Amino acid sequence: MSANTAVKNVGSLKTESEFDIHRIREDFPILSQSCHGKSLVFLDSAASAQKPKSVIDAVKYCYENEYANIHRGVYQLSERATQMYENTRVKVKNFIKASEASEIIFTKGATEAINLVASSYGESELSEGDEVILSRMEHHANIVPWQLIKERIGIEIKIAPIDEDGNFLLQEFEKLISSRTRIVAVAHASNVLGTITPVSDIIRLAHAAGAVVLLDGAQAVVHGDVNVKELDVDFYTFSGHKLYGPSGIGVLYGKKSLLNSMRPYQGGGDMIRSVTFEKTEFADVPARFEAGTPNISGAYGLSAAIDYVSDIGMNTICSHETGLLKYATKRLGEVNDLSIFGVADNKAGIISFELKDIHPHDIGSILDREGIAVRVGHHCAQPLMDWFGITGTVRASLGIYNNEDDIDRLIKGLEIVKGMFK
Amino acid sequence: MSQIRELYQEVILDHGKSPRNFGKLDSANHESHGHNPLCGDTVTVYLDINKGIIKEIGFEGRGCAISIASASLMTEVLKGKNLQAVSSLFDCFHDLVTSDEGSLGDVFDNSDLERLFVLSGVREFPMRVKCATLAWHTMQAAIKDNEEKVSTE
Repeated sequence: MSANTAVKNVGSLKTESEFDIHRIREDFPILSQSCHGKSLVFLDSAASAQKPKSVIDAVKYCYENEYANIHRGVYQLSERATQMYENTRVKVKNFIKASEASEIIFTKGATEAINLVASSYGESELSEGDEVILSRMEHHANIVPWQLIKERIGIEIKIAPIDEDGNFLLQEFEKLISSRTRIVAVAHASNVLGTITPVSDIIRLAHAAGAVVLLDGAQAVVHGDVNVKELDVDFYTFSGHKLYGPSGIGVLYGKKSLLNSMRPYQGGGDMIRSVTFEKTEFADVPARFEAGTPNISGAYGLSAAIDYVSDIGMNTICSHETGLLKYATKRLGEVNDLSIFGVADNKAGIISFELKDIHPHDIGSILDREGIAVRVGHHCAQPLMDWFGITGTVRASLGIYNNEDDIDRLIKGLEIVKGMFK
Repeated sequence: MSQIRELYQEVILDHGKSPRNFGKLDSANHESHGHNPLCGDTVTVYLDINKGIIKEIGFEGRGCAISIASASLMTEVLKGKNLQAVSSLFDCFHDLVTSDEGSLGDVFDNSDLERLFVLSGVREFPMRVKCATLAWHTMQAAIKDNEEKVSTE
């Protein structure tokens, strides 16, 4: 049995018309456990999603049947693992509709992918006084790498504003663009507010000014179809673990012309053509950016994860999440003294909220004892918290396996919280 | 009583909602800032220390019920104490919120510790221990006039 069939045969095969939430939930072994004596309600997929059995099996399959280091071995095991690793690259290419597999770089995750671009592209293409535009709702992962480059080179970082509802303000963004704007790096979907940013317009405006665009797709890639070619985006990043795959593997997509001109981000084995103590010739992309032994079993898992979501269909997943988001927004809106942060028209399945006079951490601990897992705190977006004048929120984020029962349990949990603080 | 009720006892909820000794202390001759980067909570502890005794104590900040209640109870217990007693109370409080119940045999021999015992429920919530200890670490830094911001991390 090859890894491909191992992966294909497990998991739900669904057509777009028959989204069977019960069967989906059965695909995720972790959901059947109880937590503090209550059945688990997992509402933290935006931090990291749970894994279907097919992903778990694929990682296991790798270690039990096909594990060896890749790209170097001349023996069969290594060749099989190499083939699977490279097949995953092709699978990712097809998944986000890139032109070529060599435009797909494997990284540890979205964070490393952004660091790679900031460090490599930033170093070679930016000079003092050049400008990078971020948005107000960025995750720290799309702020700090640019600040590191700022320290090294002396670039300017400008912040594109949002309105109170969490809408990206396109016109204000346009005003920020200048002849010195070189890079626009924004989240495709906000990890706090859920806002899906108007990426086509952002890319159009940035390109018109001669700037390149990096989209942090960590939250967006799990929510709907991504087509990097159609978007004409220059760099796109995402993590495997939010896409129901393993942690420790992620993706940087880059246009080949850009990647080809970039220097390596890290040095080591597997990224060179030849090495002497005097001089090293670097390998072509993508190997140039993949120094050292990569996350081999992670590629097996990521491949299975892409199969899993593709079999269900990204459009089906999107409409399931959007429907559930609508239900959750309505139910949470009925809770007294609850305010939602982020009510943009176009949203991924993320709801941040606060309960008047009750701290998010207290809410999180009490919900936990009801078996409900939510994220509390600043969600690695402190500048956004500061802008709202709060220290944190409670965040419920939806995955493919969540249903209305989960939302009802959350509402019930919040009533318990309110009862305790009455 | 369930563990969550044990954590959020009436005393905690009361001090969390209406903290005692809250506000800047004008007579303070020692102060320090504390910060929990995990949740963004902050606390400033003000001390008026005279001849080795805490004459007045106050605090400001924002945080969860546990951290505010812990700071509030701390100010009540430490007012009027000499620095040696403060130091030993710090150690006992730390044990109270982190150790197994078995090691707390002599708690009820001391009325201050008995008062702080309401916070012992936090032991069952490892992620929340830092909420309970932030004010205490900040207080200790204030005594030492440690100008570096205290962080739980």
